[in-house]
Amino acid sequence: MAQTDFESKNKVPSSMAQVGTITKYALLDYVRSRRFFIMLTIALLISALLTILVGYYRPESFLSSELTFYNRWWGTSVTFVVVLSGIFFGGDAISSEFQNKTGYFGVPNPIRRSSIYVGKWLAAFIASTVILVIFTAITVGNGFYYFSGVPYEFVESLLFALFYLVAVLGFTFFFSSLFKSSSISILVTAILFLFAFTLIQELVADLVQIEPWFIITYGAQIVGNVLTSPYPQHQITTTVARFTFTSFNATIPEGLAILGIYFIVTAVLGLILFERKEF
Amino acid sequence: MPSVETVNLSKRYGSFTAVSDLNLKIEGAKCVGFLGPNGAGKTTTLKMLTDLIIPSSGEALINGVNVHAQKKKALASVSALIEAPEIYASLTPREALTMIAEIRGVPSEERKKQVEDAVAEVRMEEWIDKRVGKFSKGMKQRICVASALLGNPTIVFLDEPTMGLDPRGMSEVREIIKSLRGKDRLIFMSSHILSEVSDVCDEVAMINHGKLIVYDTLPNVTAKFSGVNNVVEVGLAHSIDSKIVTQTIAALPGVVSAEKVDDKNLKISFSGGLDVQERLLNDIVNLNIGVISYKAASSELEEAYLKLITATL
Ligand SMILES: Nc1ncnc2c1ncn2[C@@H]1O[C@H](COP(=O)(O)OP(=O)(O)OP(=O)(O)O)[C@@H](O)[C@H]1O
Ligand SMILES: [Mg+2]
Repeated sequence: MAQTDFESKNKVPSSMAQVGTITKYALLDYVRSRRFFIMLTIALLISALLTILVGYYRPESFLSSELTFYNRWWGTSVTFVVVLSGIFFGGDAISSEFQNKTGYFGVPNPIRRSSIYVGKWLAAFIASTVILVIFTAITVGNGFYYFSGVPYEFVESLLFALFYLVAVLGFTFFFSSLFKSSSISILVTAILFLFAFTLIQELVADLVQIEPWFIITYGAQIVGNVLTSPYPQHQITTTVARFTFTSFNATIPEGLAILGIYFIVTAVLGLILFERKEF
Repeated sequence: MPSVETVNLSKRYGSFTAVSDLNLKIEGAKCVGFLGPNGAGKTTTLKMLTDLIIPSSGEALINGVNVHAQKKKALASVSALIEAPEIYASLTPREALTMIAEIRGVPSEERKKQVEDAVAEVRMEEWIDKRVGKFSKGMKQRICVASALLGNPTIVFLDEPTMGLDPRGMSEVREIIKSLRGKDRLIFMSSHILSEVSDVCDEVAMINHGKLIVYDTLPNVTAKFSGVNNVVEVGLAHSIDSKIVTQTIAALPGVVSAEKVDDKNLKISFSGGLDVQERLLNDIVNLNIGVISYKAASSELEEAYLKLITATL
């Protein structure tokens, strides 16, 4: 029968292959979007500003040692680039499928929803990594200009930054599947990452004087801290008059654990939410 | 044989029941029209059949496979166009459709041709490599119709497929649906355009308030539920004498009644099918009363629809 012939020819691909398909086209969509362009511009602007300032003023605080250079240049800015990419590419990745109704095009096909989620996640990860790679290349270029090489701590820091990106995207994807409106999910993730987390982290540490181990940005400190020598103490208490101030620094294993747990928990929750979400 | 079945299928939103214990079994290669007033639950039913939403109770089965429990298997040879989907704005039709073809498992050597053929079917060849973002509503709808053709599906769900299209686009899409019907396929299509349904469908299912009212072949539904009469409206170039209407025209074979709407417009009820309608046109033209237009005012399906829907209000 003709029909049976056709069915055997059109075999629905494995979920793995379908994830690849979604990644490919979502990435194409990302890379052509205005957002990618804006994100790239921001990364280039930060790089250009640093290059010009450091090149012109040659500040001692940057150029006293190789490690200090990377700490100042990269340690202070890369988490911002990571967070911004996470918000740009993940902030409404899932909610836009509802708000823009693109979900009606892709979802009623023989494909698991989780494959769509994972495929879009990978696309966002690759798009953000492209930005990060460009930012890294400019940092290293400047590093080579002033010094002879790249300290191994920088390689660690780069890997931590990538891991932080994984966690941030896990988190933003979770939030984007929590809402049906693109702007709300972007806004909420932006507020959390750009203000709320750091605020809570400092309040908890300063006022309550406990370690803010439950905040993702606290774990992300390892990205910059690994570039300081020696690595900052886990807990620093200073007493001024009758007041005691305590500040905390995540140790590397602690930071990795925080980021890892954030990723796993939000990825699982995000997947569950998207599976049950109604169009 | 392709089959679509709902078993006690219900969808509740809070205390509101959008679809209520729907039991419908459609089997075989045919086109089934899905009718019902706004808010009747047509889209909700189609969404449950494609796993866009989860039934509150009951089951949606495609070829005997539960759609929610085993989506990938159930939808393996299904294509669907539900509501008005959007496409990733920076993709071109070629890219977006290739993505769908890949997901549906169209072999790589056939993809290019299938995508180009589908785009040609909806007359969008010129736009195949332009980004979708700037397309008009109807242009997007055409691409979505094209996506429903990919991968030679054996079951096709269409939710108001001609919505938003220009008149030519509507008739083109109707032709596409008709041509799909010939190829061993089950098509389940919602529509508000009754002439469209009677034109392309073999059977109709009607729902209202989430409940199935009738599911039968088109001739059975019209025979059972419409009156005997069809109505045509006749437009005239100049005024006509009432006598001619009440005596001459009313006496023509097949005519049940004839009345003047105003000086230049008549309404004629007749019993019988298209053959009678055709002969009647011939007869009144022969009366030399200056006929300039002749069109069916209501169809049997429309009458049946109105009767059934008001009966359940
Ligand atoms: N997400 C939702 N939340 C609450 N109520 C809903 C939701 N989706 C649909 N409904 C309700 O369910 C009912 C059926 O809606 P549905 O879209 O299935 O109607 P329809 O038959 O497709 O109508 P139309 O011809 O206007 O497209 C409507 O009363 C609608 O208000
Ligand atoms: Mg509808």
